[in-house]
Amino acid sequence: MSAGQPPFDSPEIRRLTPVIGPGYTYGSVTDKISAIVLTRPTSLGWFIGFSIAFSLMGLMTVAIGWLIIKGVGIWGINIPIGWGFAIVNFVWWIGIGHAGTLISAILFLLNQKWRTSINRFAEAMTLFAVACAGIFPLIHTGRPWMAFYMFPYPSTMGLWPQFRSPLIWDVFAVSTYGTVSLLFWFVGLIPDLATLRDRSVQKPMKVIYGMLSMGWRGSARHWHRYQSAYLLLAGLATPLVLSVHTVVSFDFAIAIVPGWHTTIFPPYFVAGAIYSGFAMVLTIAIPLRKAYGLEDFITMRHLDNMAKVMLATGLIVAYGYFFEFFMSLYSGNKFDVFLVQQRLHGPYAPFYYALILCNILTPQFLWSYKMRHNVAVLFIMSIVVNIGMWLERFVIVVISLTRDFVPSAWGRYSPTFWDWATFIGTMGMFVTLIFLFVRVLPAISIAEMRELVAETSEDDK
Amino acid sequence: MLHRSHIYGVMGEFETPEQLIHAVEKVREAGYRRLDAYAPFPVEGLSEALGLKRNMVPIICLLGGLAGGVGGFFFQYWASAITYPIDIGGRPLNSWPAFIPVTFELTVLGAALSAVFGMLALNKLPQPHHPVFNVHRFTHASSDRFFVCIEARDPQFHLADTARFLQSLHAHHVSEVSDD
Repeated sequence: MSAGQPPFDSPEIRRLTPVIGPGYTYGSVTDKISAIVLTRPTSLGWFIGFSIAFSLMGLMTVAIGWLIIKGVGIWGINIPIGWGFAIVNFVWWIGIGHAGTLISAILFLLNQKWRTSINRFAEAMTLFAVACAGIFPLIHTGRPWMAFYMFPYPSTMGLWPQFRSPLIWDVFAVSTYGTVSLLFWFVGLIPDLATLRDRSVQKPMKVIYGMLSMGWRGSARHWHRYQSAYLLLAGLATPLVLSVHTVVSFDFAIAIVPGWHTTIFPPYFVAGAIYSGFAMVLTIAIPLRKAYGLEDFITMRHLDNMAKVMLATGLIVAYGYFFEFFMSLYSGNKFDVFLVQQRLHGPYAPFYYALILCNILTPQFLWSYKMRHNVAVLFIMSIVVNIGMWLERFVIVVISLTRDFVPSAWGRYSPTFWDWATFIGTMGMFVTLIFLFVRVLPAISIAEMRELVAETSEDDK
Repeated sequence: MLHRSHIYGVMGEFETPEQLIHAVEKVREAGYRRLDAYAPFPVEGLSEALGLKRNMVPIICLLGGLAGGVGGFFFQYWASAITYPIDIGGRPLNSWPAFIPVTFELTVLGAALSAVFGMLALNKLPQPHHPVFNVHRFTHASSDRFFVCIEARDPQFHLADTARFLQSLHAHHVSEVSDD
C-alpha cells in the first residue's frame, strides 16, 4: 500500500470515494439516467463509434456468409488442429460474460452497494458476450443449419444426443446461461422501463416502453414478489455462472490431450473468466462514464473495487498457471513434461511469454493505490488483461493440439484472413450492441439507484 | 357514495418513503384493508406495514427447479439407457455421473423460468391498463413520489371521508381514482 491512502474501508475512505456523488435525490437520479435515453440528442461521437462498430459487424456477416458458402476450409484449422480460432474465441467471449453475472448476482447476495450502478450494463455485456460466444461453436460445426441436432428433439431417426459428451453439456450450459442472464436482465429492467414509459413524450416511445414494462405500476404487492424473484434469480445465477465455465473447461479436461487433462481446469477457468470479465467491464465503464458524464454514479470507488477484483482473480489465475506447470513436471508423464518444454521453447513460445506478461506481470501494478486511481492506467490495464486472457486460450488450444502424443501427428496452426475477420467482426457486433443498448435502455438501474439514495441518506442520519 | 361504481379508490401522494410507511400504518390502524401502496423502488418495511405475508414465488421456484432437475435426469436416463442404448465396451448405460451437468443446468433453468413467470403471473402482469394510471400525477410513482390508494371495495370506504382522512395524514395531494 502506498503512502497517503486512508485506512482500509474506514468511514473516511467511504466519504472520500462514495458509491454515489453527493446531493442526489430520487428525482435527480431518475432525470439524469433517463435523460441519456430520452432527451439528450444523439452525439456525433455516438454515430462515429456506431458506424465503425457496425462496419465491423458487416465484416462478420461477410465472413460468416463466405464460410457458409465455402465451408470451414477457409479458416486456418486443419488436422490435428481442428479447434483453432473458433474455440479460442468462444471461450474468450463466454468468459467475458461471467463478470456481468458475478456483479449482478454474487455481489447482490453479498449486499455490496457498489454493484448498483454497474450491474445493468455489466449484465448487458454478459448477454452480448454470450451472443458473440454462441456464434463460434455454431459456425464451427461446419453445417450450422444442422445445429439443432445437438438439442434433444424427437427425431424420426429415434436418435438422441450423446449426453455423456462435454460438448452436449456445453450446449445446455451455454443456452441455460444465456436464458437466465436474459431473464435476470429483463426482470431488473421492468421498473426502469415503466419509468421510461412515464417520462417519454412521444407516443410511439410511450407505447413501446409501455409494452415492454408490461404495465408495471410499482405496487407494494408487486415489489414484494419481485424482490423474492430477484433474490432467487441471484441465488440461481451464482452457481450457474460457476458451472458454465466449469463445463467449458470440461471440453478440455475430459479429453486426454496433454495440457488439457487436468483437474485444476474448472477453478482456474472460472477465475480466468471473472478476470477477463472485470477487465471488459472496465473497458466499457471508463469510456461510458466519460461520454455521458456519469462520474458521480460510476465513481472511483467502483473502478478501484473492480481493479482489486481483477488483481485478486489475476493472482488465482497465476496460481493456476504455476500449478499447471508444476503438476506437469511432478507427474513425470513424458507427454506432459514435453508440453511444458513446448510452451517454453516451442514454436508458439512467444505467445506463452506474452501471456505471462499480460496476465501475471502487468496486473501487479494494481497493488498501487495511485495506479488504481489513474483512469488511463486502468483502461490500458483492462485491455492488456483482455489480450492476455485471449492468449491464454490460444496457448491452451493451439500448443496442445500441435504437439500431442506422436510426432507424426504434430502440426502447425496459423489463422487466415477469414479467422481474423470473424473474430474482429464479433467485436464489432459486441460494440454495436453496446452502442444500441446505451441509446435505448437505461445503462444504469434507475430503481436501484433510488434505493441507494434512500440507503445513503439513512447512513448520513 | 354517489358514483361508487365509477370510482376505483382515493389516492394520497407522499414525498418520502418514511411518510409512506407512516401513512400505510395509519390507514391500516383506521381499519382499512383494501389498499395498496405504490413506490418507485422497493421500500424497506413497506411489506410489513401493509401486512403482506410470505409470497408464493419461492415455492413455485422450488417446484420448477425440481421439475427441471428430476425431468432432466430421467430424460437423459430414458434416452441413453432405454430408448437408444449404445453398448460401448460394456460400459454402464445408466452412467449417471455423466448426466449430472445437464441435470444441474436444467434444474437452474426450470427454477429461473418458474421464478420469473411465476412472479409475473402472481402479479397479474402484463396488465397494460389499471385505474391508478388515470391519476395524472401517478407518472411520478415511477420516479420520485410515493402513493397510497384506498380502494372503493373496502367496506369502510366513503369518498369524502376517506379523502379527508388521507388529507389528515399530510398527503401532498389527494385525488380520486376513476375506474374507467
